[in-house]
Amino acid sequence: MKNTGNITVNRRNFLRYTSLTGTALILGISNNNTLGAAVVSNLSNATEGYNLSPFIIIEKSGKITLFNTKPEMGQGTFQSIPALIAEELELAPGQFTVVQTGGEKKFGAEQAAGGSYSVRSSYEMLRKVGASAREMLVTAASRQWDVPVSECYAEFARVFHKPSGRSLGYGELVETAAAMEAPENPRLKDPKTFRMLGKSSRRPDVPLKVSGQAVFGIDVEVPGMVYASVERCPVFGAALTDFDASHALKVTGVEQVVPVERVFGNYKTTGVAVVASSYWAALKGRKALRVKWDYRGNEQFNSADYNQYLRDLALNEGITDVSTGDFDTAFAGGQSQVEAFYETPFVAHATMEPMNCTAHWKEGNQLEIWASTQVPSDIINEIPGMFGLGADDVTLHTCFNGGGFGRRLAIDFVIEAVNLSKAIKKPVKLIWTREDDMQMGPYRPPTFSAMKGALSSDGKLAAFQHKVIAPTILSFLVPQQDKTKVDETMVEGISHQAYEIPNMKNSFVYADCPAPLLWWRSVTSSTLAFAHECFLDEMAHKAGKDPLNFRMEMLTKESDTRRVLQKLREVSNWDAPLPEGKGRGIAQWDFFAGLAGEVVEVTRLSDNSVKIDKVYVVIDLGTVVNPDNVKAQMEGAVVMGITAAVKKGITFANGRTEQSNYHDSPVLRITESPEVVVHILAEGGSTIKGVGEPGLPPVAPALANAIFHATGIRLRKMPFDLDDLRG
Amino acid sequence: MAKYALNINGKKIQLEAEPDTPMLWVIRDMVGLKGTKYGCGMALCGACTIHVNGQPVRSCSTTIDSIRKNDLITTIEGISENLDHIVQQAWIEEQVPQCGYCQSGQIMSAVALLKAIPNPTDDDIDTYMTGNICRCGTYNRIRKAIHRAAAMQKGK
Repeated sequence: MKNTGNITVNRRNFLRYTSLTGTALILGISNNNTLGAAVVSNLSNATEGYNLSPFIIIEKSGKITLFNTKPEMGQGTFQSIPALIAEELELAPGQFTVVQTGGEKKFGAEQAAGGSYSVRSSYEMLRKVGASAREMLVTAASRQWDVPVSECYAEFARVFHKPSGRSLGYGELVETAAAMEAPENPRLKDPKTFRMLGKSSRRPDVPLKVSGQAVFGIDVEVPGMVYASVERCPVFGAALTDFDASHALKVTGVEQVVPVERVFGNYKTTGVAVVASSYWAALKGRKALRVKWDYRGNEQFNSADYNQYLRDLALNEGITDVSTGDFDTAFAGGQSQVEAFYETPFVAHATMEPMNCTAHWKEGNQLEIWASTQVPSDIINEIPGMFGLGADDVTLHTCFNGGGFGRRLAIDFVIEAVNLSKAIKKPVKLIWTREDDMQMGPYRPPTFSAMKGALSSDGKLAAFQHKVIAPTILSFLVPQQDKTKVDETMVEGISHQAYEIPNMKNSFVYADCPAPLLWWRSVTSSTLAFAHECFLDEMAHKAGKDPLNFRMEMLTKESDTRRVLQKLREVSNWDAPLPEGKGRGIAQWDFFAGLAGEVVEVTRLSDNSVKIDKVYVVIDLGTVVNPDNVKAQMEGAVVMGITAAVKKGITFANGRTEQSNYHDSPVLRITESPEVVVHILAEGGSTIKGVGEPGLPPVAPALANAIFHATGIRLRKMPFDLDDLRG
Repeated sequence: MAKYALNINGKKIQLEAEPDTPMLWVIRDMVGLKGTKYGCGMALCGACTIHVNGQPVRSCSTTIDSIRKNDLITTIEGISENLDHIVQQAWIEEQVPQCGYCQSGQIMSAVALLKAIPNPTDDDIDTYMTGNICRCGTYNRIRKAIHRAAAMQKGK
């Protein structure tokens, strides 16, 4: 057997996932974690002492287990990630079980779901893993039958010998295959022969989710578990000074009351945890607490003043993001100068499953965690160091996320639960109430945008400026953010749209913020696209041109954006006049997650109100794994985008969040959900763009542009009220 | 603490609880049926929907003390033995759930809707389902699945 290199394997850890007794074929990649350098290794015969990341386990019984490293939060990785392996391994959907990984180092450092990146980052690598296993099994069969490999092929977990028709199941081949080495360059299937990839597939988590069997973090139960609810200060940045637990301790079921720290990057706060034998008792105990806080002046924080603070900051020059041509001269000398100021709000993630975590700090400093998390790798990488533990001392169980949207990229609620378990030395399930979830942050940051534009004599965009004023997410996550440089996250996309603009100068102005901030679905594009694409419409209107034509005039070269807009024109029937009283608007956005364009159609109900009729979405993907799931993601992104555009966001008064639940921070309901028509551009080939986020940024600007078309009202502030546009 | 005898999914269960304990926590933590979910605690989101005598009820706002002696309680776990309820079948056909957290409540509301109105219009669906929030935005598929289930029911 050839040298498999310096990789070590810890068999004990593999066996944790299965009850393997005999030989199994275990395949994974060595721990390089770079796309191109992935090397597939056969580690079945490896002795104790090798590290690896096993994605496939095939048992002699024929049972096949595939591992999903990307947490499932409704975006479909539970189906799409294993499918990459299953396709090449010639498996049908019912022929394997999927297991979610818990951040174990052997599965690599990218066990995280976010950035619309899961499928794109796994596509080549996991196909290779599956193809390699397939080839080993086919070769194993050819050896067992003593026939040429070329006469054998794999299909539906069996290898067949073409001339004789005989076949063997993978389980019967595993012993022979396990003795072989993994091929370095397995042949990948021709996409034309795909049975699974590129076809709408049923997701294996769906039956669990319609039967109440799916286990979310909040559903976890472990022996000896207690429950906790934490009273945290509603004023951001306040400190705990004193608390009286005497009344809380009298509540039946309450066992103890202890302070506990929540750590969100640089933002650390201590609350008071009530620990009880039931969650209801913990809640009641918490209501009986008397707690004293030192607000430290932070009670002054309020939205009216904060919004004015951002407006005042807009007068600053800011730091240049990108400058092409000579904006100042071109704007000064241009025709039809337009200046406009756009404002957007803080919003909450409001996942249906509120934050929660179950942690067990055990004897001998072993830690076990159960969580709905988007970032198993972060938990396994960061928690040991934080708590003085070894990497192997921490075990994580990744549950189905009841919504992520970026909130579960943070591990503040995990650290809080670990802190509590460590203090009480018991397994504890710490659940945030909906009020906690809505009022403690972190939030999506607001961005304010100072827009300037001027036309040339032939009505084209000659000068353009997008100046962004915003607080930053990074200021909470890194010790000292370098404020002499632009924060790339907070200006994403504005300087990188495909539009050909001869003179453009975009810039960024830093703002501070006492409330913690975090990535939200499509991050800053969710607000920047609103200002950017609405302002382009303003310029188009100034030029007296159709907004789509105005954009196409700036897309003279072939580009993905041009293709998307052309398709959008076609599928939305853009050039056909709309009936009286209806309006349509267009927007597109190209950013780190991908590219999509949308047309929204509205009906004017009065001179101050509209209803949304229909949304067309064209998403540029290149390669698609599960078309039906892409449609679902677009449908969901539209609903979330509309919510952010038209429903009250998060506001502050007296240092605290004013909203507390779904009555004062509503989300769209079924009555408000419009028809969504999705068209996927999938030319095939090696380009794969993201799916989870691109559908969101174009929603608000396309809607606002449609409202302008229908009513003549130009909206520059989100949220706006569809029933009272003028506010 | 008081003693209670409940009928949940056809099983008789005896337990002791504080009278003001919401049925949501009784079902989840005392009986161990986790399919019914906590979303808001204020009957705003519908994730906690169960049936009491076939009627949809928000269990987060229903105390154990308010349950009467012969009330029949049904949770998501009790609507079928093998995922073979017509609504569950339609939900799978249409691939409705995304994260899935709200779906137990959605299904419980839909089951009650179809019992009351076997051939619902879109307006009927709006009225019955408006109390169930879905943050992932699966509403259009929920609507399609209800229509599908109605058609399947008719065909039977």
